[in-house]
Amino acid sequence: MQFDKPATTNPIDRLNVVGRPVPRVDGELKTTGNARYAYEWHDPQMDYAYGHPVGAAIAKGRVRSIDTEAAKKAPGVLAVVTTLDVGEREKGKYNTATVFGGDKIQHYHQAVAVVVARSFEEARAAGALVKVEYAPEDGAYDLEEAMDGAVKPDGSDKPDTAVGDFERAFADAPVTLDAVYRTPDQSHAMMEPHASIAAWKDDDLTIWTSSQMIDWWRSDLATTLGIDKERVHLMSPFIGGGFGGKLFLRADAVLAAFAAKAAGRPVKVALPRPLVANNTTHRPATVQRIRIGAERNGRITAIGHQSWSGDLPGGQPELAVNQTRLLYAGANRKTAMRLATLDLPEGNSMRAPGEAPGMMALEIAIDEMAEKLQMDPVEFRILNDTQVDPEKPERPFSHRNLIGCLRLGAERFGWQKRGAPATRREDGALIGVGVAAAFRNNLLMPSGARVRLDGDGMITVETDMTDIGTGSYTIIAQTVAEMMGVDIDRVTVRLGDSRFPVSSGSGGQFGGNSSTSGVYAACVKLRAAVAARLGFNTQDVVFDGGRVRSGDRAVPLSQAAGADGLIGEDTMTWGDLDKTHQQSTFGAHFVEVGVDIVTGETRIRRMLAVCAAGRILNPLTARSQVIGAMTMGAGAALSEELVVDTRRGFFVNHDLAGYEVPVHADIPHQDVIFMDETDPFSSPMKAKGVGELGLCGVAAAIANAIYNATGVRVRDYPITLDKLIGGLPEVA
Amino acid sequence: MRAFTYERATSVQEAANLVAAYPNAKFIAGGTNLLDLMKLEIERPARLIDVNGLELDRIEATPEGGLRIGALVRNTDLAAHDTVRRDYGLLSRALLAGASGQLRNRATTAGNLLQRTRCPYFYDTNQPCNKRNPGSGCAAIDGFSRQHAVVGVSDACIATHPSDMAIAMRALDATIETVKGDGTGRTIPITDFYRLPGETPHIETVLEHGEIITAVVLPPPVGGRQVYRKVRDRASYAFALVSIGAVVQSDGTGRIAVGGVAHKPWRSEEAEAELANGPGRAAAVLMADARPTEQNRFKVDLVERMVAAIFTEARG
Ligand SMILES: Cc1cc2nc3c(=O)[nH]c(=O)nc-3n(C[C@H](O)[C@H](O)[C@H](O)COP(=O)(O)OP(=O)(O)OC[C@H]3O[C@@H](n4cnc5c(N)ncnc54)[C@H](O)[C@@H]3O)c2cc1C
Ligand code: SF4
Repeated sequence: MQFDKPATTNPIDRLNVVGRPVPRVDGELKTTGNARYAYEWHDPQMDYAYGHPVGAAIAKGRVRSIDTEAAKKAPGVLAVVTTLDVGEREKGKYNTATVFGGDKIQHYHQAVAVVVARSFEEARAAGALVKVEYAPEDGAYDLEEAMDGAVKPDGSDKPDTAVGDFERAFADAPVTLDAVYRTPDQSHAMMEPHASIAAWKDDDLTIWTSSQMIDWWRSDLATTLGIDKERVHLMSPFIGGGFGGKLFLRADAVLAAFAAKAAGRPVKVALPRPLVANNTTHRPATVQRIRIGAERNGRITAIGHQSWSGDLPGGQPELAVNQTRLLYAGANRKTAMRLATLDLPEGNSMRAPGEAPGMMALEIAIDEMAEKLQMDPVEFRILNDTQVDPEKPERPFSHRNLIGCLRLGAERFGWQKRGAPATRREDGALIGVGVAAAFRNNLLMPSGARVRLDGDGMITVETDMTDIGTGSYTIIAQTVAEMMGVDIDRVTVRLGDSRFPVSSGSGGQFGGNSSTSGVYAACVKLRAAVAARLGFNTQDVVFDGGRVRSGDRAVPLSQAAGADGLIGEDTMTWGDLDKTHQQSTFGAHFVEVGVDIVTGETRIRRMLAVCAAGRILNPLTARSQVIGAMTMGAGAALSEELVVDTRRGFFVNHDLAGYEVPVHADIPHQDVIFMDETDPFSSPMKAKGVGELGLCGVAAAIANAIYNATGVRVRDYPITLDKLIGGLPEVA
Repeated sequence: MRAFTYERATSVQEAANLVAAYPNAKFIAGGTNLLDLMKLEIERPARLIDVNGLELDRIEATPEGGLRIGALVRNTDLAAHDTVRRDYGLLSRALLAGASGQLRNRATTAGNLLQRTRCPYFYDTNQPCNKRNPGSGCAAIDGFSRQHAVVGVSDACIATHPSDMAIAMRALDATIETVKGDGTGRTIPITDFYRLPGETPHIETVLEHGEIITAVVLPPPVGGRQVYRKVRDRASYAFALVSIGAVVQSDGTGRIAVGGVAHKPWRSEEAEAELANGPGRAAAVLMADARPTEQNRFKVDLVERMVAAIFTEARG
């Protein structure tokens, strides 16, 4: 089905199941430990061996030799496979860095060998006996230094944009801001580390893994192994978080495949936690310069945003200027991205790539501008709202209610009680509040599904869509139940298997809307098949209460299915509604913080997010997405930073003791409000993404709250106490 | 992790003998630090002697009016002990500021004193580190040093001791009772227990190989207001950037032990004498020889601000 006209009324609008707070259908499996994650697959018939990866000890250079003598002789060892053994391989389509194979080291902890043994402990012990000789080379590791040599990235979508005459308008503006902001490298830090089990049967490979994108992994794995894609069967039914870190094929899968071949039996490989940060991808650091010019009445006349980031040769820039092209009005605009070459691990997508770090900078800048204008930052944002793409005014937003989010949030949060900076004290803390807009584009991906109605009236939906903890199982079950007019317990959802139709996968907050749309399309087919079998007219047929009705005839679905059942399969594809209309999601974040007067420790006191993201398919799972994202934003604001050792070229704090994500005590109170809206331009579901929206802007709202509390403006994330302490009041 | 043998000692003396007899042997108590380090091959004992069965898990009053805490008393039990809460509140607070409930259930008094640094380069066996691999150099000094020591540092190592409990023990003037392989025992004041890194950062305490800690003894209560203030980037489950254990008497005198700034709990009687001239003076003396890096200079300010605040608050 091609979605090329705005949606009109359809069966989803009944909202008998969709839009309801249905508890996760896989919740019981998860809370009872019965959901099997990649590493936990266990078939008693299988004689599993364990692979332990060895990571490169240098950041750049070549592997001269690898001595595996001692490792091979160690107790329990079955095989050792090195990067030299497998040699250089054709690289998959989606990765920048080589995952495994050849003598070239592109980054620290790149996989150089895998040791396979009967037990995990034996494999790990033998791993330490692998001796690698390197020929190290000098590399570039410092973004600030590499910035001068940064170039306009090719291949990237619009590295530069310009409308009107920015320089002139900026020079003429009576009120201006010109500031530089920095966001650090960040790690996905998902709970489940990357893990795979590989098993060969002749030339056919079965792989259980933790992947957000089944088909991307499948093709890239086949390419790397040099085998036909059809020979790879990949499964990933449960995923313990991804955040973009599992979008692209990773070393665990490749190592497991080579190891299983060499050992002649199935092999399990998990990346040890200390390897995750440097072996996999990360969100690249940015340096961002923002210039804004406004009239004294607060209208923006000039807005410019430049961003610098780094990546390995052949890599991509962090799209940190994206939101600035769309969020606020202003006749004269300019954005630019520059890419430096860095020999750090591969920079790539992490939850809300582009907007997350971009909003961290832009929304502080907006706060600073409001202050210069002596305007309330809520009112300043409202004044500069736009209902059209400011770069192409003929192109409207499909639906945009940023103003509603800001107004409702301000009212619920008690925004009007906000005081001047550094004026409120309670119990040894400086108290402040901050606001930021939330903004993230709505992306669409083709998505397929197969729906089968059986003679017992049960419906099974199969798609290679993944559930990375987001709730895909549940919203897909709701979609089927709504479309087919059955109770949700009549629906079985099977996900994450390369034998199923290719879906959108999970990423870019496109998964929820795209995958349910694919299921919608398949259900339309199934409804037609049911109607056809019964000889009903498709136009007036109603699916409700487990029955199919047409005129005064009503037949139970089970009966319509017949003994062989009926199948509907389709893929949702997208016309150009996202070109004629800008599709984005909006929100407003409000935060109250307390900053310890003595120590400068910032502790969040309460957070509120108001989101306008089209139809909310399930307020429970959507809320979980948003509060999780707000928590991630708290980490981004206050503690998360992969620290670069610029001499040795690696992320130093590469475990969860050193890379501090928020703990429960950091997040005392969160509220989420969803605007009641639909977006008929987005899909027949009229929904949009929400999982990344919740992250975009949170960190800036916290930064702005810290400023309101202390009067100290920090433009360099994370905002740790050492950056505040110099500006705090003297201690008597 | 290397393969190792594991034995349960049946007496203190046997435990000491077993470890003393093998250069590559180690005691294991809760294992919450040792096992983590073994998995990463930072510690590589060939032989583990388990001391958990040694009945060193009692807390009892001493004839002097103090408290003898068995080496194997779990951090959770020590923090919750009535006498500790009443008379040594500082110790209870310090313990509860550390790690997590699960870890404290397992962690022991002796093991806590002997836990090793959290320097990230110490944890990465690809990197030079004089503490892990003597003579290989120190990656932290010109590297990521934000969490590192600012006082008592050397050109060989700037690591901190990470324990919260040890800060309280230092402020409370605890002594450490041990038994050696040769059957002799000694009592070591905590002030003499830890060493500064100097040229030999891998040698962290004055304990001899095979010397087992049997108890930590607290002198009679010192009264005063007892404060433990731990500063960190997140609200829980993180090691201290700086922590202060203080006893503040009503006349403004007191004791100050500082964590997160040195290779050992940092305290100076000389600085405490200066409290009479105000907390600012005391803090200045305490941190007089600070040699911070660019990244951890803030710790010096932080100590000064915290000392000032603690003593002003307690008096006001
Ligand atoms: C995730 C995490 C977070 C943590 N956070 C904190 C924190 O915030 N603050 C804090 O202070 N600590 C923290 N810790 C450290 C924790 O307090 C220590 O791991 C614990 O106290 C060690 O005690 P143990 O009994 O488990 O020691 P073990 O690991 O068993 O032993 C540690 C050392 O002591 C030696 N040893 C043990 N008993 C004796 C004895 N009787 N005589 C001689 N030698 C002995 C062992 O040989 C070994 O070298 C944390 C640990 C973890 C894993
Ligand atoms: S500070 Fe000490 S522990 Fe850290 S790298 Fe240097 S020598 Fe090793």
